[in-house]
Amino acid sequence: MSTLAWVAVILIAITSIGLLLAHDWRWLIIFLSAQYFGMLILTLQHWPVGMASVKVVAGWMSAAILGMTRSGLAREDKTEKQSILPRGRLFRLFAAGIVLLIVATATPRIDAVMADAGFAVTTGSLLLAGMGLLHLGVTDHILRVTIGLMTVLSGFEILYATVEGSILVAALLAVINLGLALVGSYLLIASNAEEGEPA
Amino acid sequence: MTAPTIWIITPAFAAILLFPIHNQRALSIIGGTFTVLLALLAQFVPIEEAFEIGAASFKIDSSLGVLGRFLQIQPAEGSMLVIIYAASALWFFGAEASRTATRIVPFGLLITALLVASIAVEPFLFAALFIELAILLAIPLLTSIYKTPGRGVVRFLVYQTLAMPFILFSGWLLAGVEASPGDIALATQSASMLGFGFAFLLAIFPFYNWIPMLMEEASPFVVGFLLWILPTITIIFGAGFLDRYSWLRSSPQLATTLQYTGLLMIVSGGLWAATQRHLGRIMAYSAIAETGFSILALSLDSRLGVPILFLLIPARALGLAVWSLSLTVIKDHAETLHFSVTRGLLRNFPFASAGIVLASLSASAFPLLAGFPARLALWENLSRVSLTASFWLGIGIIGLLTSSLRTMAVLSMADEYSGWELREDWLQGIMLGLGMIGLLVLGLFPQFIQYFLSDLPAMFEHLGH
Repeated sequence: MSTLAWVAVILIAITSIGLLLAHDWRWLIIFLSAQYFGMLILTLQHWPVGMASVKVVAGWMSAAILGMTRSGLAREDKTEKQSILPRGRLFRLFAAGIVLLIVATATPRIDAVMADAGFAVTTGSLLLAGMGLLHLGVTDHILRVTIGLMTVLSGFEILYATVEGSILVAALLAVINLGLALVGSYLLIASNAEEGEPA
Repeated sequence: MTAPTIWIITPAFAAILLFPIHNQRALSIIGGTFTVLLALLAQFVPIEEAFEIGAASFKIDSSLGVLGRFLQIQPAEGSMLVIIYAASALWFFGAEASRTATRIVPFGLLITALLVASIAVEPFLFAALFIELAILLAIPLLTSIYKTPGRGVVRFLVYQTLAMPFILFSGWLLAGVEASPGDIALATQSASMLGFGFAFLLAIFPFYNWIPMLMEEASPFVVGFLLWILPTITIIFGAGFLDRYSWLRSSPQLATTLQYTGLLMIVSGGLWAATQRHLGRIMAYSAIAETGFSILALSLDSRLGVPILFLLIPARALGLAVWSLSLTVIKDHAETLHFSVTRGLLRNFPFASAGIVLASLSASAFPLLAGFPARLALWENLSRVSLTASFWLGIGIIGLLTSSLRTMAVLSMADEYSGWELREDWLQGIMLGLGMIGLLVLGLFPQFIQYFLSDLPAMFEHLGH
């Protein structure tokens, strides 16, 4: 189980860095979906399959909502080009490296606070939260902001699952994830709409 | 029948049923009347007590089980429901005059129901989840699908969403601190988490830059509604933390932190408001200072601070309703709310201009207006704790007052030979007129509102007693 958890951490590291570097929206959706699979494996360390699968189903549905919305928009999203502030991939890779370093440093201390969360679970959780925050820091494009928020929340949900097993919380967090995807889609459509409300 | 069914589930269903209606007047009347009815029910129908209507006997249970947890509305929370639904009615009745009824009534009712659920949910820290759901619903309320969203909306979404993880984790850590009170490191970590969560949620400096942005991008009336309901519920939620955790309540560092934070918001809000040249941004900074007043009230001895905190709520609701409706009326006719465009508009929009000036003066603690009694009580009690703090409070208030006087000067600065031409319709005039009378009545007779406020501290087990 522990080896599987570390595999999930590696998967999460690849997908979260991929989300930061990818330009094509299709890759963003693929990385996001894969990230939710990694999240499922880490959540399984503390939750039964039935409850943990709620997270991955909600996550995949959210990714599908975003993907379908984006696929319905014009080939070139109006706001996409100028959205990532520091544009170089090398810069973002360097920033991701710093996040990895911070996660590696902070994990032992946070794992000590989280009692029996497990080193892999804490690492995966912090990695997602850190990469999500980095993503939010370097972009103001709606699709990327939504994915950044979903990444931060995924990191939080993994760690919170180790201390809270309430069905109500699991349900509300799933609703929040879906709501976030719907709001992201709404803003994505709005940001590509022609100005002016129809009569 | 249970209390959460009446005050949470019914309004949520009603809100969903209102979405297909597109008639502004019908929505405004239905939404306003429905929330007034809910407020009246909260005032007159007892919870957990049997009462008779004719031959039939009824009892409203306080709790409703949901997925293994509870939504629980205690009898002492009835007055809070009265204030929440009555204030929502202000916005819903004003919605037709602001021409935003199709969005604010259904979304606003749903948001109100979710925020009431956040007060009612047990364990109480799950409130953060309901608040987040309300935030998500606020996005389509703030921006149209036919208009490119501005940066303010995106920042609002990001900052408010980031609050939830911090608050949920702090709740778990706080429980750990209660179990081992000697663990200073754990106490510091949990307090920091809590601080970050509320800094995001209450838009505490420096996380408040989305408020002025939103005031420029979105309908002022809609933003005004959110600037009333979100901080009010969040402050009550925050007070709940103080009530539950005795070590947090008795911590002298927390009182100092709350005092500094409140003052920082009042001073920065006041000074920024004084230097703005946009009527919407002035309201935004004033709302930031208003949240500062509430935080400052929480820093006082709870027997004094909690009643002041509750006294601030109705004045804030009425002031923001009048202010935001006035700005919406002007924005409908003017290109922007910038000083250069709104100069001399008093002669075309006398009610809206007077509304802006009176609401702004009320927020600046001007005597005989709604905001004055609570601010005076706050200032007086703060001066007993710290003269330096009361000096800084004075600086903030001077900043707010300066912004009011500048607003008044700009709105009345018409060309010498321009005539008076009333461009508001009768409904806008009546709504704004009633609102301004309300601001004067609350200022002249603050004891009138005490009837609803006196029982509110009973919501808390330890605070305010």
